[in-house]
Amino acid sequence: MSAKVAIVDYGMGNLYSVLRACEHVGIPAEITNDPAAVKAAPAVILPGVGAFEDAMKELDARKLTAPLKDAPASGRPFFGICLGLQLMMEKSFEFGTWDGLGLVKGTVTRFEAPVGEEGEKLKVPQVGWNTIHRPGGEASRWKGSLLEDLPDASRMYFVHSYYVRPTDAGVVASTSRYGQIDFCSSVRVDNLFGCQWHPERSGTEGLQMYRNFARAIENGTGNKNG
Amino acid sequence: MALNTRLVPRLDIKGPNLVKGIRLEGLRVLGKPERFAAYYYEQGADELLFVDIVASLYGRNSLLDIIERVSKQVFVPLTVAGGIRSLDDIRSVLRAGADKVALNTAAVARPELVKEASKRFGSSTIVVSIEVIKRGEKYEVYTDNGRERTNLDALEWAKKVTELGAGEILLTSVDREGTGEGFDLELTRLVSESVPIPVIACGGAGKVEHLVSAVVQGKAQAVACASILHYNFVRQFPSDADIAPEINTAHIKAGAGYGRIQDTTLADIRKSMLQSGVRCLHRAREAS
Repeated sequence: MSAKVAIVDYGMGNLYSVLRACEHVGIPAEITNDPAAVKAAPAVILPGVGAFEDAMKELDARKLTAPLKDAPASGRPFFGICLGLQLMMEKSFEFGTWDGLGLVKGTVTRFEAPVGEEGEKLKVPQVGWNTIHRPGGEASRWKGSLLEDLPDASRMYFVHSYYVRPTDAGVVASTSRYGQIDFCSSVRVDNLFGCQWHPERSGTEGLQMYRNFARAIENGTGNKNG
Repeated sequence: MALNTRLVPRLDIKGPNLVKGIRLEGLRVLGKPERFAAYYYEQGADELLFVDIVASLYGRNSLLDIIERVSKQVFVPLTVAGGIRSLDDIRSVLRAGADKVALNTAAVARPELVKEASKRFGSSTIVVSIEVIKRGEKYEVYTDNGRERTNLDALEWAKKVTELGAGEILLTSVDREGTGEGFDLELTRLVSESVPIPVIACGGAGKVEHLVSAVVQGKAQAVACASILHYNFVRQFPSDADIAPEINTAHIKAGAGYGRIQDTTLADIRKSMLQSGVRCLHRAREAS
């Protein structure tokens, strides 16, 4: 059994900054496209940037879909980042309708003509720093998750045109606001966690998430303290 | 304002050194780029932009070692520009630890590269750098650090690269670059209003107010600046071998700055932006 955390390489986007963040907090990790390595790894990180349809095709072509769909049942910590979060959902409406991995019930949808507080047109993609908030402001909400020890309104770096809409509001780990759109910026289901932002590019707060992930791996669960 | 405006320190690199010129020429060595990068990260920079200032001239890219060292200590997005010509070049820059690459000369030579690169690496990874010189009433695109004319109109080119899949535009006014005279606000606004993707304004920041204007009047989503930050940093370290080792920087350290440049800090820039109603996130990072 591989002792290294699998950073899943399916040809979409830059995985090296994810690897650097893992190294920085002491997570032994490797970039891999080997389904057997993904299946055997103590934990899985699914990063990625790019188009949803291409991503699913690339995962299929590398026979990575099955080991990833196995994630919830395996109980191993699973961390989806950016496009990786979107792939965790059931369906995306990016240029058509596409099936995702279906790890979390819900869909992926585009920022449609977002406008700011003064009615001005906003850019799509959203590129830059935004804050993340506990749904309903409950202080206990992040306890035991990858967001533990982070203050409400922590700042994270986002690059995206699409966002996820989980069916069950209970899985929403954080919300963020773009113009007048409140959107789900991270989800948490048992051993699964996914965030729309790039924690490896979000400074100290982002690195804290990787530290929490390291602890979750030690505990053998997807979220800190089980 | 819509989204938090990004402040992007720009680090021009020549060989192992951070340099700064005027209108992309007349370079002076300011020190080791790693030191400046780490400092700006601690001071809460939103991103860092590295420009290999001689790469397209000599066909080499000495930036990779620097990027690799920086990416191990700096956890905000790193963009690399200069001399990137092919998908292989992009791959090696990302492998070194960069998050985005900016294409200029190669994109003008073969626009399809923008399409191929954004498909392969994702639009958000591909920035197109547009360097502009105003000729009469026309804004014309230049390549090779402002040396070669292209006859392309800046607005048309911005729209074209957006269609090809660029994720952002790094817009540099060569006329203003390094002069401290302020951004070309008209150029910035025209380009920003022409495309749906974010525009990073670059070239001309000489004082804090210029950066605020680039957002308020220029409608930029991000602002890049170099001299006004570098000179402030250099002034703080009068006897550090890593910083400004090769030139006589007495005039900078004495507070004279360079010409029109009134040096400042990221914290002061943010303060001014917030006072002017420009949204930006404000916090220095703790060492991690």
